[in-house]
Amino acid sequence: MSFLEYAPAPESTAILNLKDEYGLFIGGEFVEGSGTAFSTISPADERAIATVQTADASDVDRAVGAARQAYERVWSKMSGADRGKYLFRIARLVQERARELAVAESLDNGKPIKESRDVDVPLVAAWFFYYAGWADKLDYAGLGPNPQSLGVAGQVIPWNFPLLMLSWKIAPALAAGNTVVLKPAETTPLTALLFAEIVQQAGLPAGVVNIITGAGSTGEALVQHPDVNKVAFTGSTGVGHAIAKSVAGTGKKLTLELGGKAANIVFDDAPIDQAIEGIVNGIFFNQGHVCCAGSRLLVQESIHDDVIERLKSRLSTLRLGDPLDKNTDIGAINSAEQLERIRTLTEAGEAEGAERWTAPCELPSQGYWFAPTIFTGVSTSHRIAREEIFGPVLSVLTFRTPAEAIAKANNTPYGLSAGIWSDKGSRILAVADKLRAGVIWANTFNRFDPASPFGGYKESGYGREGGRHGLGAYLAPAGAPAAISEKKTRTRTTRTATKENRK
Amino acid sequence: MTDESALAPRTRALQLFDGLVTDTSLRRFLEGIPGVDAVGLEQRAAALGTRSIKTTSKAAAIDTIISMIDLTTLEGADTPGKVRSLVAKALVPDAGDAACPQPAAVCVYGDMVATAVDALGAAHGQISVAAVATAFPSGRASLRVKLADTADAVAAGADEIDMVIDRGAFLSGQYAQVFDEIVAVKRACRREDGTSAHLKVILETGELNTYDNVRRASWLAILAGADFIKTSTGKVSPAATLPVTLLMLEVVRDWFRLTGERIGVKPAGGIRTSKDAIKFLVTVAETCGEDWLTPELFRFGASSLLNDVLLQRQKLATGHYSGPDYVTID
Amino acid sequence: MSRLAVPKTYKLFIGGKFPRSESGRTFEILSAKGDFLANAAKASRKDARDAVKAARGAVSGWSGATAYNRGQVLYRIAELLEGRRGQFIDEIQRGENVSRAIAERQVDDAIDRWVWYAGWADKYTQVAGNANPVAGPFFNLSVPEPTGVVAMIAPQDSSLLGLVSVVAPALVTGNTVVVVASERFPLSAITLAEVLATSDVPGGVVNVLTGSPAEIAPWLASHADVNALDLAGAEDLDWVDLQISAADTLKRVLPPEGDAFPSLDRITAFTETKTVWHTKSML
Repeated sequence: MSFLEYAPAPESTAILNLKDEYGLFIGGEFVEGSGTAFSTISPADERAIATVQTADASDVDRAVGAARQAYERVWSKMSGADRGKYLFRIARLVQERARELAVAESLDNGKPIKESRDVDVPLVAAWFFYYAGWADKLDYAGLGPNPQSLGVAGQVIPWNFPLLMLSWKIAPALAAGNTVVLKPAETTPLTALLFAEIVQQAGLPAGVVNIITGAGSTGEALVQHPDVNKVAFTGSTGVGHAIAKSVAGTGKKLTLELGGKAANIVFDDAPIDQAIEGIVNGIFFNQGHVCCAGSRLLVQESIHDDVIERLKSRLSTLRLGDPLDKNTDIGAINSAEQLERIRTLTEAGEAEGAERWTAPCELPSQGYWFAPTIFTGVSTSHRIAREEIFGPVLSVLTFRTPAEAIAKANNTPYGLSAGIWSDKGSRILAVADKLRAGVIWANTFNRFDPASPFGGYKESGYGREGGRHGLGAYLAPAGAPAAISEKKTRTRTTRTATKENRK
Repeated sequence: MTDESALAPRTRALQLFDGLVTDTSLRRFLEGIPGVDAVGLEQRAAALGTRSIKTTSKAAAIDTIISMIDLTTLEGADTPGKVRSLVAKALVPDAGDAACPQPAAVCVYGDMVATAVDALGAAHGQISVAAVATAFPSGRASLRVKLADTADAVAAGADEIDMVIDRGAFLSGQYAQVFDEIVAVKRACRREDGTSAHLKVILETGELNTYDNVRRASWLAILAGADFIKTSTGKVSPAATLPVTLLMLEVVRDWFRLTGERIGVKPAGGIRTSKDAIKFLVTVAETCGEDWLTPELFRFGASSLLNDVLLQRQKLATGHYSGPDYVTID
Repeated sequence: MSRLAVPKTYKLFIGGKFPRSESGRTFEILSAKGDFLANAAKASRKDARDAVKAARGAVSGWSGATAYNRGQVLYRIAELLEGRRGQFIDEIQRGENVSRAIAERQVDDAIDRWVWYAGWADKYTQVAGNANPVAGPFFNLSVPEPTGVVAMIAPQDSSLLGLVSVVAPALVTGNTVVVVASERFPLSAITLAEVLATSDVPGGVVNVLTGSPAEIAPWLASHADVNALDLAGAEDLDWVDLQISAADTLKRVLPPEGDAFPSLDRITAFTETKTVWHTKSML
């Protein structure tokens, strides 16, 4: 028997105590939704996990109403110290129920348990812990003394890091004194609903956090709701555009975390083994369902062949399969729809003349799967070099000089993240200066921390999440005009934000 | 090994350097190898350490680990009695299970080689005798003494020589001296019949301190003709960490890509539990491939590891946890 | 015997040069009393396009200058403005039909605003940036950087102060600007451009268009090579449509704010926070 065929090591699902059906979480209780209920399925085997509700416009109205009431009667009047204590409670509850949340996340999303267990859920707890401490220190958030909360925040999050994105949204919003209505992605509502239970366990006043499930139209109703003061969206650039339009002129404060097409730049003096790991982590972490994924590898021509050879042999050790197996490196693609998109773009890559290599691994017959894939010989005009694939697909381009690397890296309407691999400090800093991207990882990739601001340049969105900057997105300086003033309220409401998507 | 093959490493190096083996040419070569980012290396090692090895894989891993152990005693207080006891443990690791595999070797000081060979008797061959040499562990002696130390152990029947490099020379940039010394010791490993004891070169990574140094020293040792590169003497902390072993495995993997020659790696010191040892197996398999999962290419230098592995082995066999009174102390 | 004056031809300011509108159009500027003051150039969409191109070309040099240097360049503008104080006062007094005292105050405020913003150039990074204590062996620093090319509709109610109030904060960080001057009071904007042209501000860093904001603004709002839009003086335009148009490429947008009071917010509004991680280890 081959040692490398590690025996199955599945994480037990016994820890999960799921209900068959989940309602909408409005005003502190689970309630029936008015739309058509739907099943959330496990992308690894297409089996239904639970039935969840669709919130229609009336439900959205109810949820925003509950949030408004909680804001006015309780949350905006509560001391920052007490708000912080609630957030600390939530952080602890997340830690206590960490394994359960990780299993639920992997089940619903398809991501490997080692990622949900070692990355997502620990970061969720860290996010609440970090912002909990801010709640009574808002005078130091950089907006001058006594900054004001905004009111009700409408938040729409993607399916790639369901619970983590929830924490990025809810923790700073609550710390700053806002109440929230959050809509998780249609395909990954499960952990948000478990989080609603945590909210109950924490004894959070009813209506401070409301979770409504549904598809794009639910999100659209939420961001367009006139009584929402702040909109935060993480997802595709297309939907981001639509939301920016629908929010224009309303005075709603808006933050957008959208797509990316990050360049991961490898210079010839890079620490090569760590660079290979960084490339792998950059694009194959979470099946490449990462807005900041290093999807364009820019490698110096002189080491191109060596890098590709090392990369291929490293990719051959990746283990694709059951997301709940502790040894799985590559889990399932989140949905049939996303799988189709990845296929379409990779076919375009081949048709446009790039050379395709796919890691030798067997794909399960059930569920949605895509083997790690590399395209070499990619040029900047290829679709796979320009469009966000949002899957385990790496496009390799080459460069000859630092200036060329920078020019190619910046040659995109996106600007979320970038990577630099080199042993030369002065070059790293200079290149980092020139890259038009919000997060630059030098000799590392895909690192996240609640203390570290995250967000994009250009069409990757605006505003920052994380750190002091992330707090500012949920505050206004003292004496700022009310979020919605008569004078600035737009009269036209014809714009539409379409379906929710992804980060 | 023939005379020509003993010279092969130097030839190889000369070819690589396109010139003379000097401090300068070695420096140029060693410093031209890509650097190591410590954070990334340690994160990769930590990730490999999270592999979950269960049931049949674990059983296979445990037997593999036992077969890779250089069962070691390297104390100032070692006596023939202690060495015979060690050999007895190597011959019968688990008194309750005759099917238990035997370790690869016993590892002793040079003056104990004869005792070990004698105690092994007919089993000498299926279990090797490894001797530490070259003024182990410090290596602070003249070359003449180091070579005599080596030759003595070989003459007494040692199958493998674990030499230490001159860390002082390495850290002061005298790469050629380190290189020449390894070449000389390799020559001293030759037996009268023309065969040669296997040479393991101990880098003492805890004293080299940086990963860049470990990587350079690994290349240097291999170029000079090491059959194995070994992390540590066990007398300096930190000894065999997972990141340092991963790094050395990456070097032997790259050497194999370059030359087609397989070099062994031996982490020694500090690996005490079955759980830790399995992480090393995973690291070997995922870095160099399963070809390396053999005692010819991977060893554990350890003393207390064996009994912990045996406890795990008993647990797998019986289904319940065992205790220290159910394994023999050596 | 009074001397016959030599009137000035007011043109656009693009890429450090003073071209007429490519369209050949001008519009008549009268004083409040109805006297003819000048024929100002009426910029077209092509002039806006040229201005954006000039602004884009200037981004790298201006944003790449040291903060200390940008501060000095901005301070130099104040120095030059001070030297031409009388000229601006006269021009404002005639153009806006205000008392000499009010015109004086406007010019003095404009000068002082340059000085105030000049001082921010090498400080705003320290105030808006952060060292971030992440949980791991990483150096992690967040710094604000200029957004790029900012298109602006200058406040419409003043000829000089409004323009300075929107242009200066954007320049502090290294942005370049295309500004549409007050439609009614465009002359001081062009006179300011003459100051800029003779100061140390590199060509293309500030581009001034005169004409109809209603006509030009949609072209700027929809231009894909514009990174941000300051609608300070767009109160009377259909600015929501401009904002919607700007959303096509997710431009950063500041809503109408006639006063554009000096603030750090105005500086940071057109910056992007960049966070750089680097591994940290001695080994």
